[in-house]
Amino acid sequence: MSGLIKGRTGEWEVVIGLEVHAQVISRAKLFSGAATDFGAEPNTQVSFVDAAFPGMLPVINRFCVEQAVKTGLGLDAEIHLSSVFDRKNYFYADLPAGYQISQFSRPVVGKGKIVLDLSDGTTREIGITRVHLEQDAGKSLHDQHPTKTYVDLNRAGVALMEIVSEPDLRTAKEAGAYLRKLRAILRYLGTCDANMEEGNLRCDCNVSVRKPGGKLGTRCEIKNVNSVRFVMQAIEHEARRQIEVIEDGGAVKQETRLFDSGKGVTRSMRTKEESHDYRYFPDPDLLPLTFDADWVEGLKTSLPELPDVKKARFMRDYKLSAYDAGLLVAERENAEYFEAVAKGRDPKLASNWVTVELFGALNKLGKGIADSPIDPKNLGELIDLIADSTLSGRLAKDVFAEMITSGKRARVIVDEKGLRQVTDTGAIEAAIDMVLAKEPAKVAEYRAGKEKLLAFFVGQVMKATQGKANPALVNELLKKKLAG
Amino acid sequence: MALDKATVARIAALARIKVPEAELDALAGELSKILTWVEQLNEIDVTGVEPMTAVAHARPPLRADGVTDGGIRDKILANAPETTNGFFVVPKVVE
Amino acid sequence: MNLTSLTIGRARDGLRRKAFKARELAEAYIKAMAAARPLNAYLVETPDRALEAAAQTDARLQKGEALPLDGVPVAVKDLFCTEGVETTAASKILGGFVPPYESTVTANLWRNGALMLGKTNLDEFAMGSATITGARGPTENPWRRRGDNRPLVPGGSSGGSAAAVAARAALAATGTDTGGSIRQPASFCGIVGLKPTYGRCSRWGIIAFASSLDQAGPMTRDVRDAAIMLQAMAGHDPRDSTSAPVPVPDFEKAVGQSIKGLRIGIPKEYRLDGMPKEIEVLWQRGIDWIKAAGATPVEISLKLTRYALATYYIIAPAEASSNLARYDGVRFGLRVPGETLDAMYENTRGQGFGAEVRRRVLIGTYVLSAGYYDAYYLKAQKIRTLIARDFAEAYRNCDAILTPTAPSAAFAIGEKMDDPIAMYLNDVFTVPVNLAGLPGISVPAGLSQDGLPLGLQVIGKAFDEETVLRVAAVLEDAAKFDATPALATGLA
Repeated sequence: MSGLIKGRTGEWEVVIGLEVHAQVISRAKLFSGAATDFGAEPNTQVSFVDAAFPGMLPVINRFCVEQAVKTGLGLDAEIHLSSVFDRKNYFYADLPAGYQISQFSRPVVGKGKIVLDLSDGTTREIGITRVHLEQDAGKSLHDQHPTKTYVDLNRAGVALMEIVSEPDLRTAKEAGAYLRKLRAILRYLGTCDANMEEGNLRCDCNVSVRKPGGKLGTRCEIKNVNSVRFVMQAIEHEARRQIEVIEDGGAVKQETRLFDSGKGVTRSMRTKEESHDYRYFPDPDLLPLTFDADWVEGLKTSLPELPDVKKARFMRDYKLSAYDAGLLVAERENAEYFEAVAKGRDPKLASNWVTVELFGALNKLGKGIADSPIDPKNLGELIDLIADSTLSGRLAKDVFAEMITSGKRARVIVDEKGLRQVTDTGAIEAAIDMVLAKEPAKVAEYRAGKEKLLAFFVGQVMKATQGKANPALVNELLKKKLAG
Repeated sequence: MALDKATVARIAALARIKVPEAELDALAGELSKILTWVEQLNEIDVTGVEPMTAVAHARPPLRADGVTDGGIRDKILANAPETTNGFFVVPKVVE
Repeated sequence: MNLTSLTIGRARDGLRRKAFKARELAEAYIKAMAAARPLNAYLVETPDRALEAAAQTDARLQKGEALPLDGVPVAVKDLFCTEGVETTAASKILGGFVPPYESTVTANLWRNGALMLGKTNLDEFAMGSATITGARGPTENPWRRRGDNRPLVPGGSSGGSAAAVAARAALAATGTDTGGSIRQPASFCGIVGLKPTYGRCSRWGIIAFASSLDQAGPMTRDVRDAAIMLQAMAGHDPRDSTSAPVPVPDFEKAVGQSIKGLRIGIPKEYRLDGMPKEIEVLWQRGIDWIKAAGATPVEISLKLTRYALATYYIIAPAEASSNLARYDGVRFGLRVPGETLDAMYENTRGQGFGAEVRRRVLIGTYVLSAGYYDAYYLKAQKIRTLIARDFAEAYRNCDAILTPTAPSAAFAIGEKMDDPIAMYLNDVFTVPVNLAGLPGISVPAGLSQDGLPLGLQVIGKAFDEETVLRVAAVLEDAAKFDATPALATGLA
């Protein structure tokens, strides 16, 4: 297997499980009516419930439950019709109640799976252990004062889904693919914005190493890694660190580690022995969460088409390659854009223009498809101009570049710059006559058998027509004239 | 169950309650007595019995996803021992 | 006429007949409250607020728009958060805490026209059965043993409320009952105390002790008053997930209805070894009264009665250990500085909690901790299931249950204090009711040989407070309890 890491004593297999905390998209918090908006002034989005004032009680936000169930359905998971909120007890400055309301023994979502699309076009199934709902904590700011920590509770109580994978991942690359796929699914479902940089998707990585097929090694947990790239780096580094420890005759210590993205290394977190005794017990302020199978069925039928199904459909209906289809469905917006362009047009051509030209241009601009200067209608118009021979492929690229910078419609640019392709036989013949008259020596060579010179003549004719001549026509007419 | 001093100290640390060293012995005695007393429950066979976690039988009412609260920073901070610029303030936490 | 000797029912009639003004009634109680200060029943007095509300009542009465509890001066246990009025749960750790919100139950009272006299003393965080563990000292029972002037406890934890009502220093009061904290002090002080079904009154805004057991209820001079108060306090509250979405019946209507044909359960396991003779005699008298009223006493079995206390003393501390974690010196109340965050927590909680609270938080922390959860907490939750099942089983054969409220009359301040377990035994008859979430009432039914009040308890089916009130009113009529405490300052 290609995923093995070579150490001094042979090859090692890396075993990875990921715990992802995904912030649920909702207007209000999981147990209170305070807002969830990002970036508000400190403590302005806090209710007495969030700040755990005496006598305050939680009431479950129905929509957050719906979001978690939808996520479960999107992960092809068991939905538990009855689940329980537990208290996870620990003291911390940004945990006002001294406990986090979470789900421990009976989560709302059970076993499911995610299918990874690997770069060789094959797929691999990764198990999901569970998804549960819990409250986020507030934010502690440690860098504002030399001896004090500042606490903002705006985030305290925002709904999170903890999505736990089985230890099925074997390489940092797979972990990256898993995260990208999970992100796509969450975005398709509209249950999480899944923006790791904004912190609404956070990842803890459980990593251990073993000799291939051997028994599981001791794992370390790397906390709070906040980008796909960092997750891959952190796993890679951590695996190599553990291999080194073992090969040096040591033993891996089970512990929590932090990833230092600046140095690309993980380091041990100082933790106290007792800090892990969370004393979970069912929250007596909340009754068990129960709902009907019918309600779940209703949500199921309302789910959007998810990436895997969409990809299969693109391959089947549009005859796209697995690679192109995978590229297009990775983001819901991209897939929608493509379908708008492809409607009534050659899908292969549409796919090429979207995945190669448009993605390339947007990439250079550092923009997402939502901010594309060209909307699907205009890109479609450009493709239509190619189809009806108004533009050659080469001209079309020029027009496209102009569309990206100016935002103008393809037809407008064509008219303004007179870029219309020349298909008038007379005009092209005149240009050919001119070129052939200028190059008698080369004409003679061609006629003596050096047919490679045809390309040279084509180039000269195109130049003479400022690139506007229809290349196929030029070819055809040239051959005829040279044959003389 | 007899709790020793070290266990009481560990539990007190877990509960973040400072117990003066001089009181640990007496406290261990009191807690041990209570724990021993509650162990009479071992006389009861609870095989197959579900734990009772809630008294109410109905489904909990769920709230709609509307913003109905917050925007009361002054009230949130009014009782706090120390605040600055809208933040609660605590001794520095070193991670 | 002595205004403080009236019940709510009579005061209501007097106000509507314009025999006296709400202002006069309020003034009489403010005076009585001041005279009762030696009892230490009130932690905070709010006379200005009471007078202001009384003026509003008088205005409404003038217009003939009286509200159900208009002008009724009420004492509030200091476990209910009251907006703008210091609320401390009798704990140092909440010193100076002024809630910016009003509990649902008290808001319901004010909306119905009642007025607040002040906040009453309790055991710290309601943990206790004698109102002696609070940060501001014990409350005295207004009763004295015959020929003995030693101060007695009023019971607890709602001892301040019970003492205030008994001393005629409040017309009625709110209490909370987690293991007997309304009924036992009612019994000790010779008043009526009603613990409604769990979920009948909202817990929103009441400082939590043990969330699955806590329930607010009225403490009053008679059964009718309890019905009137409960009517105003009860009701579904969407802010409390455990509040029951059930209609609130007309409780007052139940008072005075016949109990003919009812079957009243007499649990044989409540005959404890070593129970004082006078308690047994009282209980038998109660059985005779209900028989005379046409009901049938039937022997029932509540097999796990003797295990209820131990079950309670695992579950309640476990929940409390978690509920009290929020008192950490960050957002409200006491902060005792420390070098680090943890040191600040430990100092604040070390100095902020009293001995009994500390004891229970530590027990609760222990029984939930890794390795002990199954043996203690989970086991107790399973036994709780069995205890609730016992009651359900018993109710197949009866409509309500009659028992003594407490195994003794009030004891002296200082007694039973060195032994927590002896103190816990006070709640032996009341705790099972909380574990099963049922309604229960204590009605004064007689005097002990020392001349102290003793109560009988009626336990009902879930959400059947009406039957509880019906039976209680019959006991009240038969008992003709009219003794008044030695220190009824309001009558002086």
